[in-house]
Amino acid sequence: MARVTVQVPSAVDCIEEAVSVVLRHCLAGAVAGPQVQFRLQVALSEALANAIVRGNREDASKRVIVQADLGPELICLYVTDEGDGFDPRAVPDALSPEGLQQDGGRGLFLIHRMVDDVHFNAQGNSICMTLRRP
Amino acid sequence: MGLRESRQDNGVVVIHVEGQLVITNRAELKDRLQDRLAAGDRRFVIDFTGTPYIDSSGLGALVTIAKRIREEGGDIRLAGLNDDLRQLFELTKLDTLFSISATPDQALAAF
Repeated sequence: MARVTVQVPSAVDCIEEAVSVVLRHCLAGAVAGPQVQFRLQVALSEALANAIVRGNREDASKRVIVQADLGPELICLYVTDEGDGFDPRAVPDALSPEGLQQDGGRGLFLIHRMVDDVHFNAQGNSICMTLRRP
Repeated sequence: MGLRESRQDNGVVVIHVEGQLVITNRAELKDRLQDRLAAGDRRFVIDFTGTPYIDSSGLGALVTIAKRIREEGGDIRLAGLNDDLRQLFELTKLDTLFSISATPDQALAAF
């Protein structure tokens, strides 16, 4: 299994480049359709945005660590911030009538829909997203 | 992201979004629509033909500005979403909040 680790500054304008770098490694040498690429892009972009904005609160002194474990069957992406963490069970339902009208609150929902498995550590500052290779 | 704007004879403003609509630039689209709303425009088509990706922040910006436009008695329609983006609208059920057409011309015809 190959492992790639990327440190990302706590600035939202770093998200696009970080996603591009990690995806390049995830898809290197593998046959993956555009659907896999899109699902990884959505999941990683949303996890990074959450980590930078909600976790590290865009504090320039803090970093987000992205670790990608690349196996023949699974891609596991870990995104860890230096914030206090949160309770993912407390996130409001994005599909409720109230949730539909909100500006925010869709990031975690989309992550769950894009990958096969989602886990948080006990502190709630690290998300593990697993995608099975087709 | 770039924004290009055109106005139809019937007063509908079409805003063409070129590039990704994401957390770093979503305010540009909100500000542009807010400016047009303040100037008296009420009917809008947002053309995403040139947009490969919209993140959840971009989706949220559209929800917020659509609410504002409708509060002012206006309407907003979306067009040109690629298959991936269309899927995001369906997953988030935002396809129930927006009228979505395949092309800007079809969106304009629906006004």
